[in-house]
Amino acid sequence: MSAPLFDRLREQLSPGEAGQEGQVSADTPVICRGVQHQVLVFELAPAAVMPVARRLRDEFGFDLFLDVTAVDWPGEPLRFEVVWHVYSTTDRQRVRLKTRVAESDPIVSSLTPLYGAAGYMERECHDMYGIVFDGNADHRPILLYEGFVGHPLRKDYPKQKEQPLVPYLPPQSALVR
Amino acid sequence: MSADPVLRPPIANPVRNVLTASREDTTIVNIGPSHPATHGTVQIIAELDAEKVVRTDVHCGYLHRGFEKECEDHTWHNLMPYVDRLNYCSALINNFAYCDAVEQLMGIEITPRTKYLRTLLAEYSRLADHLTCVAAQLMELGAMTGFLYLVTARDNIYEHLAALTGARVTYSYGRIGGLAFDVPAGWFQRLEEILKEYERYVEMVHGLVDRNRIFIDRMRNVGVINTRDAIHWGFTGPILRSTGTPRDLRKDTPYLAYGELDFDVPVGIKGDNYDRYYVRMREMDESVYMIRQLVDMIPEGPIMVDDRRCVFPEKELVYTEIESLINHFKLVMEGPVVPAGDIYVAHEGANGELGFYVVSNGAGQPYKVHVRSPSFVHMGGVHTMLNGYQLADIVTTFGSVNMIGGECDR
Repeated sequence: MSAPLFDRLREQLSPGEAGQEGQVSADTPVICRGVQHQVLVFELAPAAVMPVARRLRDEFGFDLFLDVTAVDWPGEPLRFEVVWHVYSTTDRQRVRLKTRVAESDPIVSSLTPLYGAAGYMERECHDMYGIVFDGNADHRPILLYEGFVGHPLRKDYPKQKEQPLVPYLPPQSALVR
Repeated sequence: MSADPVLRPPIANPVRNVLTASREDTTIVNIGPSHPATHGTVQIIAELDAEKVVRTDVHCGYLHRGFEKECEDHTWHNLMPYVDRLNYCSALINNFAYCDAVEQLMGIEITPRTKYLRTLLAEYSRLADHLTCVAAQLMELGAMTGFLYLVTARDNIYEHLAALTGARVTYSYGRIGGLAFDVPAGWFQRLEEILKEYERYVEMVHGLVDRNRIFIDRMRNVGVINTRDAIHWGFTGPILRSTGTPRDLRKDTPYLAYGELDFDVPVGIKGDNYDRYYVRMREMDESVYMIRQLVDMIPEGPIMVDDRRCVFPEKELVYTEIESLINHFKLVMEGPVVPAGDIYVAHEGANGELGFYVVSNGAGQPYKVHVRSPSFVHMGGVHTMLNGYQLADIVTTFGSVNMIGGECDR
């Protein structure tokens, strides 16, 4: 049941078998990394995210948007790896899409036109990593508060850093007025 | 308190008000986060036309405590108490889903006894979670008797799990490669007593509310969502099933021992509050049915795998031989060695798909732990179920979504 769908996806989304080892480039925007722990993994160029996601939804029945998040690899030229998971409720399979973006230009296309569920999760990813989702009009903080400076899940954000909203008061005893 | 506090001016308006009235005759009302019906962690800003809800803007994050950041600073084992606190109504399901993700990344296959015990305890937790949800829902409608019956049944379960794990709510009972300890003597006898008691209480609740006019008026045709919208907005679990589609990871992609169990996936008719109530009630019965099957299936044997990468050596050996001492030391100080790679593992949590996306770079600490928590996703789509109904219906609909602040805000 699972093999034919994954084979079709592999053939149709990354034609030519450009090599499982190669790097994503303008010539090979989609590279299939095979099935890893029951999930079919595609590495994409940022521009290919929307077209591939659209085909996955419309042609292959991946109707449930599971998740979007990012992984921070500081020091690498393309620092952020944005990761999506989608699920097909008919074929009961998952696909993972990955793309790399640079710190100076952390923009990927938003999947909100395809999935309503993407809106909230993209806001969280924007909060935590500063990824900008082009097409999502709502980048308001969702887990953080208005006025929070920085992106806490980036590896260079110190864990102990504090950003109090209300000024600290000196310790006071409740008994002494 | 820090010695050199950072002083910042207080923010101008602590209420995140971004809705402006779309018409002249409407009013903007702020509900929560300090409101008992929103569990103190969710804020709903609603535009009202008289008492009818025109638009809502749902905010969360008031319980955000940096779960994912904290995970990156601890060894793989030390996260166990943190994952407990995601969904504190069914903490064991979180434990086992996290353990499963790490075990699959390490290529560990758990022992048969652990596999069946985890399945049983996951169902037992689901029972407790659904009892909590339905009880709270009834209480919000003023049905105090139903609430007390269900919470009594739940309290039996909590006490019983405390006898097993030592804690009432946050158990920290899972271990990478097994469980903390085996079941104490007499535990299964008490289990059957509790299930009988549960049946007695649930029967009374069915009698109290199923055909109760007040209950039906408040629940039927309120907060309706259809299957297409539910999938579009990422709903899973009892909410998706209440729309009539039998999507359940326990059946669709069986994990643990679910492939060997006989059970039904209850579905609703039209995805309203009444259906969500009934789906949860029926799911509890299925859980009880599964638990009874599992009690007879649990084999004897060890609960921990024999794998020195993640399992502590016997205490006696630690004191007597150097290899075990080093093994113990390295497991504590450096953590289990998880091969580099990433994995997404999803279990059917009590509220829907609970997914762990875990990235390892080969160190003893996770490089990243991301939780796809059903409650957070549901908060992103709950406005579709609130808009168009009465202001008072927000309370019942919100209750039927069963938002758990711990996993929603992480």
